[in-house]
Amino acid sequence: MTDVEIAGVGLHPFGRFEGVTVTDMGVAAVRSALAEAGVGRGGFQAAFCGTAYGGVATGHKVLGALGMTGMPIVDVEAGCASGAAALMLGGAAIRAGQYDTVVVFGVEKMPRGIIRSSFFDAWQEEAGFAATPAYFALRAQRFMRGAGVTKQHLAAVVVKNRRHGVHNPDAMYRSEVDAEAVMSSRVVCEPLHLWMLCSPNEVAAAVVLRRSEPTAGDRGSGPIQLAAAVLRSHLPGAVLSESTPMAGLTDDTLPTPTTLAATDAYEVAGLGPRDLDVVECQDTDAARELMSYEELGLCPAGGAAEMLEAGVTSVGGRLPVNPSGGLLSKGEPLGASALGQVVELVHQLRGEAGARQVHGARVGLAHTVGRGANAGVVVLRRS
Amino acid sequence: MTAPAPVREGLFTDADPPHLLGGRCGACGQHHFPLHDVCPYCASEGTEAIELSATGRLWAWTAVTHPPPGYKGQVPYGFGVVELPEGLRVVTRLTEADPGRLHADQLMHMVIDPLHIDDEGRPVVVYAFAPDDAESVSSTPMTSIL
Repeated sequence: MTDVEIAGVGLHPFGRFEGVTVTDMGVAAVRSALAEAGVGRGGFQAAFCGTAYGGVATGHKVLGALGMTGMPIVDVEAGCASGAAALMLGGAAIRAGQYDTVVVFGVEKMPRGIIRSSFFDAWQEEAGFAATPAYFALRAQRFMRGAGVTKQHLAAVVVKNRRHGVHNPDAMYRSEVDAEAVMSSRVVCEPLHLWMLCSPNEVAAAVVLRRSEPTAGDRGSGPIQLAAAVLRSHLPGAVLSESTPMAGLTDDTLPTPTTLAATDAYEVAGLGPRDLDVVECQDTDAARELMSYEELGLCPAGGAAEMLEAGVTSVGGRLPVNPSGGLLSKGEPLGASALGQVVELVHQLRGEAGARQVHGARVGLAHTVGRGANAGVVVLRRS
Repeated sequence: MTAPAPVREGLFTDADPPHLLGGRCGACGQHHFPLHDVCPYCASEGTEAIELSATGRLWAWTAVTHPPPGYKGQVPYGFGVVELPEGLRVVTRLTEADPGRLHADQLMHMVIDPLHIDDEGRPVVVYAFAPDDAESVSSTPMTSIL
């Protein structure tokens, strides 16, 4: 079977950039990725652009500014997992033999404040049902009750990710915080305090995918393979699902979109959670990261707090989660989040992540989930 | 006085007591809210409109402290999920905006809650759930489990 390798990556840093357009940021990221891959004009046959707030023809504007159009350019919107969706489409097209080389990028320049989403009807906004952090808070409360997780654990997630972020030059927040300061930040929606929530912001991330033949041997120094890129939506029935329904059923056994995507991704990649060396996961709020441990199968149900407390998910632990600092340090650029994670994993698997390097990392997983519902799971493996 | 206007038609009745207007699927028997033509759980088209139970138990709760996008009411306001006897969990405003005064499985009943006065001077109303008066304030308030 045809393999797909990551031939190059590029990133415009996370942050807030007055006077820099979303096109400018996309150009910077795509140009870097193409240069790393040694690909120029005419060197790729399709492009997929993940964005949720970019607007009409976002991908065309970026590639147009680079003088590289004519091939199909597809903008992909799948909420927080838009970048994973773009990667899924690009990878599948190569595996199907349609193209040899594809550019996949994500760009976002989020408005400030609580994210306003066209997902909600006007009456829902008017009546206060578009309070996104409130849904996070309700989900956190139910998770905490069932999993023995306290507010102190939520603060510990923030402390861990902000400590990681200190070593990421592309993160927006690069200072350490302590648990007391996290707990002293104002309550947005009980039990979530302000610093337990990520900030919407701006970034562009790009990846060049290329067809490759399976390599013999397993030396850990070969190309980085796209082992899986999976997108799943929700099954109906869970009231606090990321699909944000007005009501749901009392069935608590439904698999979440994240679990659906992870299960598929492990099967496609031919590995399991025990084979992972490094994970980048959706930490839109601190509880979301701990939920992801369980939903991705990194720990048994009810085991997230212990995993965190034991330092397993810190850099230096057995399975570091969010060595980049996560969205809590980088900020959240919806449609570009997943590709930002993929760029981090590529640096980790190449061994070029500096002070936040996960030593000997060979297999990495990137996870995004959000409104839709959309859940994306990407697995990279260095052959 | 101008008659109150619901924030959206078809969500609830204004009888005494008021009820949420949901649906029941003739094929799988599950309930849903708001009313849909197609059952959201099994995709059957034979749904019937029904009045849902006016009382239920509190399943999750928080308070919104800053106005979210497009919101026209006051802050803070309670926000949560109430479980109805039909086997349905409904996302709802709560009349109690202090999370410390609510507790899991608390008995709740549906009320019609004023939201704001619109441009034509009409009170706009929405559904909410209120704690039953008979129940004393929680012996295990939310803050104690956190």
